[in-house]
Amino acid sequence: MSGPRRDPDMVRPYVRTQGRIRAREDVRLESVVIAATGPTDTLGPDARRVMRLFAGADGGLAVADIAAALELPPSTVRILVSSLMDSGHLSSPVAAIDDQPDFDLLQEVLRGLRSMV
Amino acid sequence: MDFAPWSDRADRTDESAGAAGTDRPVTYVPATVTRSAKIVVAGGFGVGKTTLIGSVSEVRPLRMEEPITQASAGVDDLRGTPHKTTTTVAMDFGRIHMAGGRIALYLFGLPGQSRFQPLWEDLAEGALGCLVLADTRDLDASHDALGLLDGAGIPYAVAINTFPGSPSYPEAELREALALDPATPLTHCDARDRTSSLHALITLTEYLSEHRSAALLETRR
Repeated sequence: MSGPRRDPDMVRPYVRTQGRIRAREDVRLESVVIAATGPTDTLGPDARRVMRLFAGADGGLAVADIAAALELPPSTVRILVSSLMDSGHLSSPVAAIDDQPDFDLLQEVLRGLRSMV
Repeated sequence: MDFAPWSDRADRTDESAGAAGTDRPVTYVPATVTRSAKIVVAGGFGVGKTTLIGSVSEVRPLRMEEPITQASAGVDDLRGTPHKTTTTVAMDFGRIHMAGGRIALYLFGLPGQSRFQPLWEDLAEGALGCLVLADTRDLDASHDALGLLDGAGIPYAVAINTFPGSPSYPEAELREALALDPATPLTHCDARDRTSSLHALITLTEYLSEHRSAALLETRR
């Protein structure tokens, strides 16, 4: 689990995120994002890799999924996703109109787990 | 929506691959999902965190790797000065879909060692709660995780992962050895077994639900 770093020339996180050093508070490991629209040619290489993951995808990905797929540190991906949400390239999934406006997440999780056994 | 555990699925090798050839395969979150939640599975090395996540996950569990600097408390970035060492911490995670596909519940395995505290603050933020796995052959290995959770005020339940041949002790002795609060649930599970693992998660979630009701009452007083 813990060993010596594999890459002595590891790119510093703030280089990968083009200077941004903090993630948005609402962008967590489990936060699911979907692709919106917008040109990607002005984005940095890592941000473009994130956007390429969504090409043709029918669904979203959580920050953790992106970190695993691209083999990037989750802390870096949180910041990349924050920037891409600010620029409108990514967005949070929005509930359908007939969805309940709000529901109790914890109770739904409990009900969901119980229904699986 | 009907989701089967990933390990039961005949098509589990047929995951959607990322567009770029070098990316590792990832299963997309169904478009029906509008909310997500997170439960952290913690515990010492080799206690069965990854096994439990693999038992209940509906997608093939994935791994993230975060480089962290060691022996550098108070230093906030990776400047890489020669006398500092960086280790890579691996975190496995899985996912369950529920509520007719509206909710994705992520399960993250977090290493319990206290030297990973910087990671905890970031990764446990927003978690519903934590399931601490323990092994009766090495109960001390749980102490770091329990200390981190107590320090961060994250509610948790403890599940003894019943390894074949591991000694069993009366509950009172286990509670004392782990220094558990009387209200903290203590249960047993076989992390290799899906139903058993789900029961441990249900025990945690029931406690979280009661815990929150109690907290609400306290605020109103």
